[in-house]
Amino acid sequence: MAAQNPLLEVRHLRVEFPTRRGTLVALDDVSFTISAGEVLGVVGESGAGKSMTGAAIIGLLEPPGRIAAGEILLDGRRIDNLRYEDMRRIRGKDIGAIFQDPLTTLNPLYTVGRQLAETMTTHLPITPAEARKRAIGWLDLVGIPAAAQRIDSYPHEFSGGMRQRVVIALALCAEPRLIVADEPTTALDVSIQAQIIALLKSLAREKGTAMMLVTHDMGVIAETADRVAVMYAGRIAEIGPVRNVVKQAIHPYTVGLMGSIPPLDRRVERLAQIDGAMPRLSAIPKGCAYNPRCPKAFARCTEDRPDLLPAGATQAACWLYAGEGKTNG
Amino acid sequence: MPAALDLEFSPLFAFIISRILQALPVMLTVALISFAMFAYVGDPVAIMLGQDFTEAQRQALVQDLGLDQPFWVQFGTFIGNAIQGEFGLSYRLSRPVSDLIAERAPATLELAFCAAAVALLIGVPMGVYTGLYRHSWLSRFFLTFSLIGVSLPVFLIGILLILVFAVWLGVLPSFGRGDTVKLGWWSTGFLTWTGIKALVLPSITLGLFQLTLIMRLVRAEMLEVLRTDYIKFARARGLPNRAVHFGHALKNTLVPVITIVGLQLGAIIAFAIVTETVFQWPGMGLLFIQSVNQADIPVMAAYLLLISALFVTINLIVDLLYYAVDPRLRLGRGQGAH
Ligand SMILES: Nc1ncnc2c1ncn2[C@@H]1O[C@H](COP(=O)(O)OP(=O)(O)OP(=O)(O)O)[C@@H](O)[C@H]1O
Ligand code: SF4
Ligand SMILES: [Mg+2]
Repeated sequence: MAAQNPLLEVRHLRVEFPTRRGTLVALDDVSFTISAGEVLGVVGESGAGKSMTGAAIIGLLEPPGRIAAGEILLDGRRIDNLRYEDMRRIRGKDIGAIFQDPLTTLNPLYTVGRQLAETMTTHLPITPAEARKRAIGWLDLVGIPAAAQRIDSYPHEFSGGMRQRVVIALALCAEPRLIVADEPTTALDVSIQAQIIALLKSLAREKGTAMMLVTHDMGVIAETADRVAVMYAGRIAEIGPVRNVVKQAIHPYTVGLMGSIPPLDRRVERLAQIDGAMPRLSAIPKGCAYNPRCPKAFARCTEDRPDLLPAGATQAACWLYAGEGKTNG
Repeated sequence: MPAALDLEFSPLFAFIISRILQALPVMLTVALISFAMFAYVGDPVAIMLGQDFTEAQRQALVQDLGLDQPFWVQFGTFIGNAIQGEFGLSYRLSRPVSDLIAERAPATLELAFCAAAVALLIGVPMGVYTGLYRHSWLSRFFLTFSLIGVSLPVFLIGILLILVFAVWLGVLPSFGRGDTVKLGWWSTGFLTWTGIKALVLPSITLGLFQLTLIMRLVRAEMLEVLRTDYIKFARARGLPNRAVHFGHALKNTLVPVITIVGLQLGAIIAFAIVTETVFQWPGMGLLFIQSVNQADIPVMAAYLLLISALFVTINLIVDLLYYAVDPRLRLGRGQGAH
C-alpha cells in the first residue's frame, strides 16, 4: 500500500429529496478528499449545496433527504451507511461541527460548562470532575476571559462572538480530527469575524485538525484554506489549491465568482455577482448546469454533462478543458 | 437582621412582590364584580326578611347590613370581610358561606388534583412520544384518540363512562364520593377503598380534555424544539438520543407547557362544575350550581372570588416555575455583554 488514505474521502456523493413532485437531486456526483490537518474551503452561491455536503458528512441530513449513491469514507472506512448509534459515536468524537449562528446553537437552558462537560463525558473516558476541569481549560483556550468564573454562565450571558468561541470549544473538546465549519462567522459582527477565523485557524493548526470551511468570504478562503472547492447547483465546478483557484481560475463559473482576478493580499469581501441566478433543483438544465449563464458555452455544453477532470493546476468540470488533463498529466 | 436584608434585595423576592402587585388590580376588579352582584342583583333585604316585616325591622336590617353606607364604604367593608374569609350567610342554607365552602373545598380539590395528575402523567409522555415518533402507528392512534377527547363535551364523556363502568360493568360507582375520612376539617376520599373507586370516573372525565390538550401541546412543542439549531448541534456533538430528547429537547418545551398546564389547572377547578353535576360530586362546583339556581348571591360571590384568587395564585406559581426553568428570566445575575 503506497498511497495513504486521506482523512476524509467523498466519492460520487448523491443526495436526493423525494418530494410529491418528483425527486430533487440536491448533490450530484460530488467527490473530494480532505487530508489530515488540511483546510478545504468550500464556496458557491446560496443553495449550491455546501451545507448539504456538510450535513451528509456528519450524517445529519434532514429527512426525507438521503444519500442515494456514492460513499463517504473516514480513514478509509465507510461512514455513510452506519447505523444511527454507530454514527453518533463518530459525531463530536471524530468529526466536529460548527454552525452558522452562535445565538441559536447553544442550548439556552444549560450552562456552557455543562454543555462542554456532557460532550466530553459522552466521548472520552473521563470523570465529570475531570470534564469540568478540562471545560475551563477549553474556555480559556478559545479566549474566554476569566474562564473559571464563566463556566457556570448561561449562553445568554455571553456576546455573539464569545458564544461562537464557546461553540468552537464544544466542537473541538472531544479532539476530533475533522471539523465541518458551516459559515462560522456569517452571523457575527464584521469586527469580530477575523478574530474568530484566526482562532479557528490557529486551533486547527495546533491540534492538527482538518477542516471543511464553508464561507462566502473570499478573503477568509485566501487566508485560511489550503484547497478550495467551488460548488454550483449541487455539483463541484472546480477544486484545487487555493492560489490556483483564486488567481488562475479555470472554470468559467469560478472566474465569474472571483470577478476581476483578485490579488491574494487584498481582501475581497463578497463574491462578485454573476448575471442570472442559479437554477432551482427542480430545473437544473441538461448538460453543464452552468450553461445558461456561461459566457463561453458552446453546443456540447447543453448536451453532455462534463466530469470533474484535471485541468491546469486544478480540477474542473468544464468542456473547455476536456482532455487537457490527460495530455498534461 | 442580615437575613431579612438579603431577602429584601434578592431578585426572586422582588419578582414575587412585583407579580403580586400586578395581580392586585385583577383581584380588585373581580371583587368589584362580586360585590356589585352582591349589592345589586336581587334584593338581599327582601330575601332575608321574607314575607312579613315592619318598616322598623327593614330599617334595622339595612343598617345591620351597612346598606345605608356610601358605595365605596360598602365595597371596602366587603373586601375587608372577604380577606378574613367572611362572606356572610347563604340565603339558601342560612349558614355562613365560609363554612359551606370549607366543607365542599376538599372534594373539589381532591378531584382536581386527581384529574390534573391523570392529565399530566399521561399527557406529557404521550406528547413526547408522538413528537419523537411522528409517523408511528401508535402516534397516529394517540392523535385520533385526542381528537375525540377534544371534541366530545365533558358531560357526554361522563355519561358514557357511567354507562360503561357503572351501569354495564358495575365496577365503579356512578355518583358521590364514597366513604371519606376526616383529617381535622379536611375530609379525604384517599384513605378508603370506596373513596378511591369513586374518584376514578370523575377524574378521568374532568382530566380527559386537559390530557389531550397537554399531549397536543407537548407534541407541538417537541416538534418545534427538535427543529432548533441547538438540538441539531447537540446531535452533531454526538450526544446520545436519550440526552438529546429528554435532557435538551423536553426541558425546552417546559416553558410553554408550564403556562398552559397552569392555566388548565385553574380551568380544571372551574370546569369541575360540569363534572360535579354529572357525578353528583359534593364539591364547590355543585354548590355553585345549586346557588345559581336559587340566586344565592353570597355563595356565588364567594365562589367567584375564590376562583379568581386561585387563578392568580396559579399564575404566580407558573411565573416562579419559569424562573426556575429558564435562566434568561433570572434577572440580576451577572448580565453578559450584548
Ligand atoms: N428539506 C429540503 N427539501 C428539499 N430541498 C432542500 C431541502 N433542504 C435544502 N434543500 C435544497 O438543497 C439545496 C442545497 O442547499 P444548501 O443548504 O446546501 O445550500 P448552501 O450552499 O449551504 O447555501 P447557503 O449559502 O445559502 O447556505 C438548495 O437548493 C436547497 O433549496
Ligand atoms: S461546460 Fe460549457 S457551459 Fe459549462 S462552464 Fe464549461 S463552457 Fe461553460
Ligand atoms: Mg448553507
